[in-house]
Amino acid sequence: MNSLDKGTAQEGRPDTIKAVPVRHPGRWAGAVVIALLAAMLLSALFTNPAFKWDIVGQYLFHDSIMHGLLVTLELTVLAMLMGVVGGIVLAVMRLSPNPLLAGVAWVYIWIFRGTPVLVQLVFWNFLGLIWAKLSIGVPWGPEFWSQQTNVLIPTFVAALLGLGLNEAAYMAEIVRGGIQSVDEGQAEAAHALGMSRAQTMRRIVLPQAMRVIIPPTGNETISMLKTTSLVSVISLEEIFRAGQVIYSRNYQNIPLLIVVSLWYLFFTSVLTIGQYYVERHYARGSNRTLPPTPLQRLRGLFAGKPAPKTAADVVPGIEGGGHV
Amino acid sequence: MTDLTKTPARPAAAAADLMVRAENVHKSYGLVEVLKGIDLEVRKGEVFCLIGPSGSGKSTFLRCINHLEKINGGRLWVDGELVGYRQKGDRLHELKDREVAVKRRDIGMVFQRFNLFPHMTAIENVMEAPVQVKGETRAEARERGMALLERVGLADKAKNYPSQLSGGQQQRVAIARALAMKPKLMLFDEPTSALDPELVGDVLDVMRGLAEEGMTMVVVTHEMGFAREVGDALVFMDGGVVVESGNPRQVLTDPQHERTRAFLSKVL
Repeated sequence: MNSLDKGTAQEGRPDTIKAVPVRHPGRWAGAVVIALLAAMLLSALFTNPAFKWDIVGQYLFHDSIMHGLLVTLELTVLAMLMGVVGGIVLAVMRLSPNPLLAGVAWVYIWIFRGTPVLVQLVFWNFLGLIWAKLSIGVPWGPEFWSQQTNVLIPTFVAALLGLGLNEAAYMAEIVRGGIQSVDEGQAEAAHALGMSRAQTMRRIVLPQAMRVIIPPTGNETISMLKTTSLVSVISLEEIFRAGQVIYSRNYQNIPLLIVVSLWYLFFTSVLTIGQYYVERHYARGSNRTLPPTPLQRLRGLFAGKPAPKTAADVVPGIEGGGHV
Repeated sequence: MTDLTKTPARPAAAAADLMVRAENVHKSYGLVEVLKGIDLEVRKGEVFCLIGPSGSGKSTFLRCINHLEKINGGRLWVDGELVGYRQKGDRLHELKDREVAVKRRDIGMVFQRFNLFPHMTAIENVMEAPVQVKGETRAEARERGMALLERVGLADKAKNYPSQLSGGQQQRVAIARALAMKPKLMLFDEPTSALDPELVGDVLDVMRGLAEEGMTMVVVTHEMGFAREVGDALVFMDGGVVVESGNPRQVLTDPQHERTRAFLSKVL
């Protein structure tokens, strides 16, 4: 069958088909509409004085914006760190054969996923109203050490607890999914070699679960960067709050919101690009051939090469029709 | 049914010569009884083959030997020690995970689906347990690991990942990985069933070499040729019971029971 196909293909090799490609009038019409809308938007952006681009430029690198940006980035990194570490611990607890650990993890996830993160943030901030001071000692007995809650948990710590503990609950479910995606035979093989449950998890299961865990963790990080803006409600001066403080003084609301948005957009873009390459890295081994990166595709476009995919599709189609 | 599960047709061995002893072993999953009273004895240094149709319980029994499955009834000893339990007076106490893990160090297992660790190279697969479980130094483990890979004919593939190896090569690495723990007993769970026919020979050659060196092996297999040639004892299981047992050459050429005969007529 195969050799027959090859034979006919060789005989009928000479002429490459020059067919009229399928026309896409809808795409052209759509492109015209989009171009029109884009032009309108751009002209509005540059002609409407309300945007005040000079003020945007003036505040883009303003000291308190820069300071707020730093707080935002610190919060994002630290809260994600708490989230990832906490998530792994909770996921392992939930999958533990110990019903106590599994139960505690379940309740934790239930509470922290079941209430809005905004409410949790305010709660942590008002912890002093519930317990004025926190102490270590014998329950209902003598105290060895105590401290004012407001001193122990300043606003930054309250923000971090609110974001990090909530994130841990979400990460726990992501990690659990990753762990469960690893073939059971892997743990069996490790156990058969005499490895303990903890060794099996750390050395065999978790490294393999990472492939499944990493992409959604990237999403969570991007989401966290933006969620940090919620801590403005407890008056922590991250970038959004910094912008608010400035426009409450000078009433330049729109330009400052643009400044803040530009910074969010810049860092989410950085994270998106990072995520793309991390995912690509982890897809190696499972995908035999990786699709080209956008950069590679651009380079190909400028080199003027035809799309290889269609060419490859066309040729075997002709060979298959060799019986004509 | 009990009349079928007759005692082995060979003279009893002294307890000290037994590697595995099963007495009326029962195992069920919920209401489904998979093992319905298994009695058998595996002597030290012998190749013990388990054959039978799928679902007969032979793989389950193999997995009971290193406590990957917990038995529900009867007694199972490996090298004179109860599997999974400790006897105090007339009471059985379950062993802790840690204690079970310690016992598993001495029992190597080879799986039908290889179960190599895909994120580690061949040599790392072999080194993993000696380093993590026995606390060998990496240099020591690497040296022994390379010798083991040499022995299964794969020294040149040491740095390859499992996905870059053929099925037969993966299974030979899996055997080297099990041998790295210097086991006193090797369990093989249909080691060649997932392999392309032309790759089966390499794996069987490695197993034959092991048998010649005197390794005690329990082998669940469909390779009747291997059983006949290398096996010292053979058991035919069906429906969770031992139907027939004895010398492989004798059982395979002159089966005594109708069910054995029916099974062999299909596979031989």
